[in-house]
Amino acid sequence: MRFSDQFESRFAQMLTHYPTKRSVLVPTLLYAQDEAGYLSDEVIAELARRLDLTELDVRNVISYYSMLTTKPRGKYNVQVCTNIACMLRGGEELLEHCEKKLGIGHKGTTPNGLFSLEEVECIGACSWAPAVQVNYDFHENLTVEKMDRVLEGYAKKGAA
Amino acid sequence: MADLVSHPDEVKVVSRRFGLGATNIDRYLELDGYKAVQKALSMGADGIVNEVKNSGLRGRGGAGFSTGLKWSFVPKQAPKPKYVLCNGDESEPGTCKDRLIFEHDPHAVIEGVMIAGLAVGSKTGYIYVRGEYRYLLEIVQRAIADAYARGFLGKNIFGSGQDFDIYWHGGAGAYEVGEESALMESLECKRGIPRIRPPFPAVVGLWGGPTVINNAETLASVPHIILGGAEWYANLGPPKNGGTRLFCLSGHLKRPGVYELPMGYNLRKMIFEVGGGIPNRRALKAVVPGGSSTPVLKSDEIDIGMDFDSVAKAGSMLGSGGVVVLDDTTCIVKFALRTMKFYQHESCGWCIPCREGTDWLKKTLIRFHAGGGLKKDIDNMYYLSENMLGRTFCPLGDAAAMPTMAFIKKFRKEFEDHLDGKPCPFEKAVEPVMA
Repeated sequence: MRFSDQFESRFAQMLTHYPTKRSVLVPTLLYAQDEAGYLSDEVIAELARRLDLTELDVRNVISYYSMLTTKPRGKYNVQVCTNIACMLRGGEELLEHCEKKLGIGHKGTTPNGLFSLEEVECIGACSWAPAVQVNYDFHENLTVEKMDRVLEGYAKKGAA
Repeated sequence: MADLVSHPDEVKVVSRRFGLGATNIDRYLELDGYKAVQKALSMGADGIVNEVKNSGLRGRGGAGFSTGLKWSFVPKQAPKPKYVLCNGDESEPGTCKDRLIFEHDPHAVIEGVMIAGLAVGSKTGYIYVRGEYRYLLEIVQRAIADAYARGFLGKNIFGSGQDFDIYWHGGAGAYEVGEESALMESLECKRGIPRIRPPFPAVVGLWGGPTVINNAETLASVPHIILGGAEWYANLGPPKNGGTRLFCLSGHLKRPGVYELPMGYNLRKMIFEVGGGIPNRRALKAVVPGGSSTPVLKSDEIDIGMDFDSVAKAGSMLGSGGVVVLDDTTCIVKFALRTMKFYQHESCGWCIPCREGTDWLKKTLIRFHAGGGLKKDIDNMYYLSENMLGRTFCPLGDAAAMPTMAFIKKFRKEFEDHLDGKPCPFEKAVEPVMA
């Protein structure tokens, strides 16, 4: 299992932050997922070994946190918030539009592996609703037209 | 990057450095940065605790507990290390204020954590940032590294002979871990399941050591209190509700945004003047005053001051400062359903009343909104919610039950309008009521 040098130096640094090894697990899982795309059996085994945990311990933690996934996702994970503040300003219509445009539903991935879609809970953009997160990037005050431009931008970036 | 707004009624304390480039440590120093912690070093632990107590600062995460009092519960002598934990797991629907604090003034949070550490005799602080806020975690990481590079953190801070370390920690998506005991479980990298209390975190917290847990806005307020004085801060708001608050205005408003207003600011003015009123010539129907877990207020219940005690007197809660405004085209049943869908999704499943209660309520509301409701469902939902109250380790059960009870009590007619297979009366477009 090979991670990037940045991952390794961050991992080593994080180990010095806490009195127990285990406390680096959640941030480490997310950084590992960013590199590998998802938390494969191999990643889970490797982190369990490094942190003196059982694989079951690690899986138990993964299943709790909504951002962690053991299944591959598209290159760009489009996360549409439909919680109350976004709902009042068209979040559901935005989700519906993305479903049609991408041809996939909640937690689906396009056949070319470029996009995944997810309906998510509040992402902390209530005053700039409706909002969407693509991977870690926020897109706010959206309309259906603006959403099209956002998706086209990622499609272009992904093809390059 | 989230847009900033402003209004003449604003009193800028926590937001004073927003938009001024204070993520840069030199700029932060020009704007009175790291002066408060140096002053705090000369005040001594009891001096800091008393100053914060007298300022009337109450927890900005939602519970509104006196910050100074919370700090005073930490035992002076402890066999295990003491910790300060900054709660940046902002995820109460309607709330987006900590985001701006981390984005514009991360050093204020660092300074607040340091001062809290001095007040309780801790040498270690953690700043927990929710996983979705990756760009903010990176800002915090840089700010911490800059503070170390200047010698503000680490050994012998400001030549005081005292050491203080701060570390960042990123979450990975969970509303539940915004609750203090689940937050500690999450920082220890377990499933975010709440701990039973007592013992309280002030006595037994992170890795068994005494721990102070405060919201990011609370901690970012502390340096201003130390520099400006308790009396100045307390006088910004009504008695026992010191200071200002970042109110996150969202929903059906002309000018939604995060505004810093004095505690006790009138809710009607907040909606119609600060937020610009309701767009599209619609009328106000209701307001959720402090995040999704707070009981809804009807349009005739909004002549109240937005401070902890006044909102409590009106039967709701000031909560986390998320003011969600609903116009008269909003279906309350649908709104209640979306709220419950959230709590059902976020319930960690540990306590049965919450795990089962939120699931039953969600299923009932789905059926109800689709026109398959029975008259007895209305009372059943109320009764079920009532029986979740106070029967769980953490307040998530209450957070799901309280708004549901208020929706049913205050908008019963709307629930009845969905009975007998009738389609939702709000699904079709409604003509404007005001010419």
